[in-house]
Amino acid sequence: MHELSITQSMVELCEQNAGGRKVLAVTMEIGELSGVVPDSVEFCFEACSRDTLLEGATLIIQVIPGRGRCGCGAESPLSTYFDPCPVCGGFGLSVVAGEELRVRELEVE
Amino acid sequence: MCTTCGCSPTDTHQQSYAHDRQHHHTHELNLPRQLHEHNHQDRIIAIESDILSKNNLLASGNRALFREKGIFTLNLVSSPGSGKTTLLERTLTDLRNSTRCAVIEGDQQTSNDADRIAATGVPVRQINTGAGCHLDAHMVSHALEEFDLENLNLLFVENVGNLVCPAAFDLGEDHKVVVLSVTEGEDKPLKYPQMFHNSTVMLLNKVDLLPYLEFDVTKCLEMARRVNPEIIIFQLSAKTGQGMEEWYGWLKEKSGTGN
Repeated sequence: MHELSITQSMVELCEQNAGGRKVLAVTMEIGELSGVVPDSVEFCFEACSRDTLLEGATLIIQVIPGRGRCGCGAESPLSTYFDPCPVCGGFGLSVVAGEELRVRELEVE
Repeated sequence: MCTTCGCSPTDTHQQSYAHDRQHHHTHELNLPRQLHEHNHQDRIIAIESDILSKNNLLASGNRALFREKGIFTLNLVSSPGSGKTTLLERTLTDLRNSTRCAVIEGDQQTSNDADRIAATGVPVRQINTGAGCHLDAHMVSHALEEFDLENLNLLFVENVGNLVCPAAFDLGEDHKVVVLSVTEGEDKPLKYPQMFHNSTVMLLNKVDLLPYLEFDVTKCLEMARRVNPEIIIFQLSAKTGQGMEEWYGWLKEKSGTGN
């Protein structure tokens, strides 16, 4: 349940950037390969945001699909680290997207 | 275009701010652009920051300190019961004449593991994470205050037994070393791919038990390499000592204590 400490860090980051204004909505990105479960973050958010500028805010989670690049040059969707390259069948694709864990923006009052 | 949900500038935007899994948006069309901007654009604060940036910054600080002091640091990760502490006990005992080691022990509760390490004579610091499921760079930075860093070559951080959460948290280590024991399923690398993907070394432990188990070593190694083709694998038994020399060879080479 590392989502709890990740959500705490997220709330802290938002509070530092909110300029003391009440936060109405938070938009964040979670990559498909980040190992973080969006539902768990939502579950933790309510508890972590209590008594902060984020209390009651809407959490908007954008899930970023994984993408990998193979040594053969092909780029393909990557939903796990062990998906083979659809062109040559090789493993160990380098990840070009899907490991994101970011706060994009806040909407404040 | 609105950066929150992609609506056009001629739309007005009223969101439901209750915490709600559907994230309802309602859009009233054709209201003046000025109203939209007043209601929306000046209330947006762009952040574009990694959530783990604070941990990553502290980890970079730890890493810089290790470099400065010439300390090779390994983050040992595994599920509970894979034999990490037994592996450390044997490694520390066998290397005591060639390498100055220290250990940071991470567990939710008890100092049992630290007591076992202390019995080998190696400096050890126990971190109890309480409800926490992983160590982070901040905890490690404080544990480092306890050691004489000028007189260390090799630092082992034994993370909380958990194949999921510690994968996301950089501690400032040189490498993650994942320990998998043959009493676990051979498909662990596919079930917990992030950990095997992020590790440089895999130690397949308890191989002395293979005659009594149906564990398929070839299949296990093949699955680990599917997740991470570069992973370095040592098959060993911390109990009997089988295969430990190869592991020590790697440690000595990487930590520069081989001579």
